[in-house]
Amino acid sequence: MDKADVEKIAHLARLAIDQKDIARYARDLSNILDLVKQMEKVETNEVIPMSHPLDATQRLRPDEITETNQREHFQKNAPLVDTGLYLVPKVIE
Amino acid sequence: MHHKSLTELSAALQGRKISSEELTRFFLDRIGRLDTTLNSFITVTEELALEQARSADKRIAAGDAGVLTGIPVAHKDIFCTQGVRTTCGSRMLENFSAPYDATAIARIASSGTVMLGKTNMDEFAMGSSNETSYFGPVKNPWDGERVPGGSSGGSAAAVAARLAPIATGTDTGGSIRQPASFCNVTGIKPTYGRVSRYGMIAYASSLDQGGVIARNAEDAALLLGAMAGVDPRDSTSVDLPVPDYMTTLSESLRGVKVGLPREWYGDGLDSGVRAVVEAALTSLAGLGVELVDINLPHSPYCIPCYYVIAMSEASSNLSRYDGVRFGHRCENPRDLLDLYIRSRAEGFGTEVKRRIMTGTFSLSAGYYDAYYLKALKVRRLIAEDFRRAFEKVDILAGPVAPTPAFALGEHMDDPVTMYLQDIYTLPLNLAGLPGMSVPAGFDRGLPVGLQLIANHWEEARLFNMAHRYQQETDWHHFVPSRFAGQSETEQNDPD
Repeated sequence: MDKADVEKIAHLARLAIDQKDIARYARDLSNILDLVKQMEKVETNEVIPMSHPLDATQRLRPDEITETNQREHFQKNAPLVDTGLYLVPKVIE
Repeated sequence: MHHKSLTELSAALQGRKISSEELTRFFLDRIGRLDTTLNSFITVTEELALEQARSADKRIAAGDAGVLTGIPVAHKDIFCTQGVRTTCGSRMLENFSAPYDATAIARIASSGTVMLGKTNMDEFAMGSSNETSYFGPVKNPWDGERVPGGSSGGSAAAVAARLAPIATGTDTGGSIRQPASFCNVTGIKPTYGRVSRYGMIAYASSLDQGGVIARNAEDAALLLGAMAGVDPRDSTSVDLPVPDYMTTLSESLRGVKVGLPREWYGDGLDSGVRAVVEAALTSLAGLGVELVDINLPHSPYCIPCYYVIAMSEASSNLSRYDGVRFGHRCENPRDLLDLYIRSRAEGFGTEVKRRIMTGTFSLSAGYYDAYYLKALKVRRLIAEDFRRAFEKVDILAGPVAPTPAFALGEHMDDPVTMYLQDIYTLPLNLAGLPGMSVPAGFDRGLPVGLQLIANHWEEARLFNMAHRYQQETDWHHFVPSRFAGQSETEQNDPD
């Protein structure tokens, strides 16, 4: 893991990182990836990946409206709103 | 009063020996006096608690009370509680007031319980020591220089110090069982899908499961019974009947086969912990169980497998915190990207960022197959190990953690040594199995738990074995002397 790797991952993760923290991130991530490399010893060519602990699949339900509109309630938690809208910096010039 | 079990408190309430309001004031007073040194609560909901207590008293007076009506409960601050600040231990949610109740919380509340407050935890449940909380570390009630374990450290410390009769917790890789072990309380992580995750703030969705931290197995069984069951709002909750755990609590253990995973009794296990666990196994043998050696050959790969899956799921789940609709927002963002990256950098702590970064890497183009997909394949092999074990035995027993509670700061500089703490607990989350930590003794004055594991949906077996063990032993009665107070029925510090 070098500086460019860390900066690329931070961009993908949408995290600002301080230049002074890059070396520590590189070291920590390298150590974690070393730990992860232990799995290479396991032969898994014929193994089916397991994404759910009970191998369950998504349950479907009838396509009916079950939620009520709680916009005002939800907007109380928003950092910046105006007349029912969530405000962000200008996206399109 | 703080030494009474749920059943005893319930009897006192129903028999009008005490009102729920008096009981609630008693625990609020203990929290006020004693939690300053522990920091086990992030928010104490005094007014709401007294209001709920008075309504519980009305139900009791009207003869409309169940066994949990009027009982004070503390909730881990990962569960959404309507109108009450829900922080998940993070600056990101410092001012977040939950718009609804988590299903688990709503179910407990409908039985008439009283919420004392929200307990401290590792930030977004990422940690094994409670030191990553934005609201400061929790101290272990047995030794203020040591960690209570994590991530449900606040719940475990609060129950251990008798600041609450019982508490909720969540467990993604050991976050109920390890703090229960470090604090001398009884904790259960149920089968994946047993308790609804709706309103339980997500860390790793295929591993997270809500559960209980209690003084004993009987109390834990009572509360889990109230929390558990299918929920239309959580498509991963499973539609199976929830048995009445109380009816099988006292069944004989004669002939029950208990498997001992040999890989868990190797070099990594502290000798003091080993001695406590082995003594507990001898006690179980005295109750008629048959001890059998078994193997879990893929044990060495559990930690890397777990951390790839947990961090990948975390990086995806935590992408919702963008500073737009809720949560922390940075000052004066230049543009939308700046808003995202600085809000997230400021709102998340170091360990959360480390896990998001690692997970993002594991899921990124070019590395997905080698890391994430590989981990999902290894996960199946680990689950298969357990499946084969449960063809031979009814329960597995072993240590909860390699050591007793470690010192504050001891593992904070090296994330990998912190991750090794979870070596005996996280395999269950990978396989979706239920597990329990039961107080089993002390090593150099620090509590040590015994881990019991059952096959999917067999929580009743765990409660039965833990309860019978607790009928024969008194480890679960020990309370740290600072918090023991006056009592004729209970013992204090073992030292």
